Amino acid sequence: MTHAHGSTGSSHAKAPAGAKGSPIAIGTKVVMDEAGLASLITLLTKVGYQPIGPKARDGAIVYEEIESLSDLPVGFADEQEGGKYRLVAGTKGSFFEYLVGPTSWKRYLFPPTHKLWGAEQKGNGFEIDKAKADVPAYAFIGVRSCELNAMKIQDKVFGFGREDNNGAGIFSDPNYVARRSKALIIAVNCSRAGKTCFCTSMGGDPHVKEDQGFDLALTEFAPQQTHEFMVEVGSERGRLILELLPYRAVTSHDTDRAASQARKARSEMGRKMPPDIKDVLKRNLDHKRWDDVASRCLSCANCTMVCPTCFCSTVQDSTNLTGEKTERTRSWDSCFSVDFSYIHGGAIRPETKSRYRQWMTHKLSNWHEQYGSSGCVGCGRCITWCPVGIDITEEARVIKTTGK
Amino acid sequence: MTEAAPTKKKHHCTCHSGDASPMHPRPFKVVKIWKELSDTFSMSLVPEDGQPIVFAPGQFNMLYVFGVGEVPISVSGDPTDLSTLVHTTRAVGNVSRALDALKEGMSVGVRGPFGTVWPLDIAEGKDLVFVAGGIGLAPLRPVIYQAMAYRHKYRNLAILYGARTPEDILFDKELLRWKARFDIDVQVTVDRSTGDWAGRVGLVTKLVECGGFDPANTVAYTCGPEVMMLHVVDSLHKRGVPHDRIYLSMERNMKCGVGFCGHCQWGTSFVCRDGPVFRFDTIADDLKVREL
Ligand SMILES: Cc1cc2nc3c(=O)[nH]c(=O)nc-3n(C[C@H](O)[C@H](O)[C@H](O)COP(=O)(O)OP(=O)(O)OC[C@H]3O[C@@H](n4cnc5c(N)ncnc54)[C@H](O)[C@@H]3O)c2cc1C
Ligand code: SF4
Ligand code: SF4
Ligand code: FES
Repeated sequence: MTHAHGSTGSSHAKAPAGAKGSPIAIGTKVVMDEAGLASLITLLTKVGYQPIGPKARDGAIVYEEIESLSDLPVGFADEQEGGKYRLVAGTKGSFFEYLVGPTSWKRYLFPPTHKLWGAEQKGNGFEIDKAKADVPAYAFIGVRSCELNAMKIQDKVFGFGREDNNGAGIFSDPNYVARRSKALIIAVNCSRAGKTCFCTSMGGDPHVKEDQGFDLALTEFAPQQTHEFMVEVGSERGRLILELLPYRAVTSHDTDRAASQARKARSEMGRKMPPDIKDVLKRNLDHKRWDDVASRCLSCANCTMVCPTCFCSTVQDSTNLTGEKTERTRSWDSCFSVDFSYIHGGAIRPETKSRYRQWMTHKLSNWHEQYGSSGCVGCGRCITWCPVGIDITEEARVIKTTGK
Repeated sequence: MTEAAPTKKKHHCTCHSGDASPMHPRPFKVVKIWKELSDTFSMSLVPEDGQPIVFAPGQFNMLYVFGVGEVPISVSGDPTDLSTLVHTTRAVGNVSRALDALKEGMSVGVRGPFGTVWPLDIAEGKDLVFVAGGIGLAPLRPVIYQAMAYRHKYRNLAILYGARTPEDILFDKELLRWKARFDIDVQVTVDRSTGDWAGRVGLVTKLVECGGFDPANTVAYTCGPEVMMLHVVDSLHKRGVPHDRIYLSMERNMKCGVGFCGHCQWGTSFVCRDGPVFRFDTIADDLKVREL
C-alpha cells in the first residue's frame, strides 16, 4: 500500500474518500454499496493481496481465488442436514446468504499439502535447502464468526502470536505464522443459521465481536431497493483500507437492521451441544454408544477434512529418479486412518470405535487441557458432510443422557 | 504494502540455534557406527555445522535418513560429552533399517532435542532404581551416566535389567563394568536362557520384588515395552514405592516431535512434548484405557 501516512497519527487523518463527518477509527461502522464492495476487491488486488472468497462450484459454495465482485455467488442459500447439503435459491441479488460449505480457510493457512523442504545429495552427505518459499498475502472475503474462532484455535496449535507464553518445548510453525500474519480478514456476519449450526453452544455468535480478530466485518443488507453492506473496522489495517473506499455514515436504522438479523440467526440454530460435554466424555470413555457409532461410522475421515480446527498432518519423503534430490511434503492426515497411530507391533487404535472416540474426545474434551478451549466451534460441517449423517451433537446428547 | 500487511517478526524457537524452522533437520556426520546386538546398533554423530546438541537425559531426536524418512530415537550417550551425539537403535522397519545401513562418513539429519527429561533433582538423598527391558536400557543410559557422575548425591543405585535371551543383553560389557564398581547394584535377568548363561532367568519384575532399595525412599525410572512397564510399576508399588515417584518413558507414533502433527496424542497429552517421560500418577488413568 503506497499512501504515505503512518499507522498511528490520528491527528492528521485526511478526509477519507467518501467521508461524511468524523474520521474512521477501529470500531467505526459505515455503510457501503455494491460499488464500494467492488472497489474493495479491486483495491485489495492492487495493493498486492490475493483475494479468496466464495464461489459456487459443483453444487456447493467453496472458497477460491476471486478477481472481482462478479466471481461472488449471487442469490444462493443452502439447505443443510446430517449428510445433506443443497444449494437453493436465496434472496435475489444477495452475496452472503449461504452458510459455511465444505471448504474452510484452513486450506490457505495450513495447506492440504505443502513442501517443508528439499534436500540434495552432496558427496557422502546432503544439504537441506532452507530457502523459504514465498508466502502469499491472502485477503479472505466472507469469513464467518465461527471461522474466526476456528482460526484462533489453530493459532494456538501452530504458535501464532505465542510471544506471551513461549516456554521450553513450545514451537511455532513458520509457514502457518507467515501466512496467518499476512492474511487480511474480511468477515461477514451470518443473516441466518442452518440446521447443522450450533455456534452459540460453543461460545460463539453468528455476528462477530470486535475482539475476534478481523480487519473489516460486513453485514449484508440484502437487496430491497438498494444492496448495502454495513462495514465495521476491526484493525488498523482495515482502517487504512476503508479510508480509500467510498462509504456513507451509519444510521440507527442500519444498526437496528443488523441487530435484528443477529437475533434471527441466533434463534435459528439447528443444533446444540451440552455445555458440560467436556466432563461427560471424560467419565464415559467406556460407554456402549462408542460401539453403536462405530457400527455406522465409515472411518472415511470426511469430518476431519472439513473441520476448520483439525490440524493433524503426516509427512512424505519423495526422491527423484536418480536419488540425488529429495523433498519432504506435509499433508493433512486424520486420526480416522488406522496407520495414524501405528507403532512397531501394530496400531494403537485399530478399531473404528477407538478412532471415533479419539476424534470426539479430542475435539470436545482433551482440547481444553491442551489449548484452553474446546476444539469445536459449532460450524456443523462434520454433520453436513458425513456421508452417513453422524451428528456430533446427537452422539454427545446420547452419551450425556445415558452415561455416567 | 508494508503498512497494510505488517508481519509479527518476533518468533521464538528453542530447537536449533540460528535456524528458524523446527521442521528442518541439521546434517550430522556419522563418525562411528557399531553393532550392539544382532538387530541393534549405535552410532556417534558430530554436527556438520559445529553446533553440538545439548540434551538432558530422557530426551529424543528425530533422526532422518536422506530420501527415506525420519524416526524418533532417544539419546543414549553421555549428556556431559558434547563432542559426539550417541544414539542406539533397534532395526525394526523402514527407517531404522536405513539408519543401520549408513556407513561412517555419511550424513544423518537430526532435529531435536525434544521432550521431557528424567528429573534427577528429586532423587537426591534417595535410592535410585532404573528398571529397563530390552532396548529400553538405551534411553535410560544417559541418566545412569549422570547419576554415576554425581554418585554422592544418591544413596543406593540399582539397575534392574531384563532381556529376552543372553544374546539380547544390550551394553553387556558396560553392565559388567558398572557391576564391578560395587557402589551400584546391577541385576540382569533373561526371559529364556541359552548357551552357558549362569545368571537369572525370569521377568524383570522379579528383580524389583527382591531389589535392595528402601521403597519409602526410592525414585524409580522405567523404560521398556508398555506392558512390561505396567508390571514394573505394579511391583514397585507393591513394595511401597509411591506412584508419584515412579517415572516411565512412553512411545507413540511421531511425525513432527514438536506438537504439530497430532500423531503422538494420548488422552490430553502430546507424548512428544508432554512426554516421553511422565510421572506415573499423572497418567495412571490414561494407561487403564484400552486403545486411548
Ligand atoms: C520418544 C521415542 C523414543 C524412542 N527411542 C528409541 C530408541 O532409543 N531406540 C530405538 O531403537 N527405538 C526407539 N524408539 C522407537 C523407534 O522410533 C521406532 O522403532 C521407529 O520409529 C520405527 O520406525 P521404522 O521406520 O524403522 O519402522 P516402521 O515399522 O517401518 O515404521 C513406520 C513408521 O511408523 C512409526 N513407528 C513405527 N514404530 C514406532 C515406534 N515404536 N515408535 C514410534 N513410532 C513408530 C514411525 O512414524 C515410522 O516412521 C523411540 C520411539 C519414541 C516415540
Ligand atoms: S467438530 Fe464439526 S462442528 Fe465442530 S468445528 Fe469441527 S466440523 Fe465444525
Ligand atoms: S480430532 Fe483427530 S484429526 Fe482432528 S485434530 Fe484431533 S486427533 Fe487430529
Ligand atoms: S509427534 Fe507430532 S504432535 Fe507429537
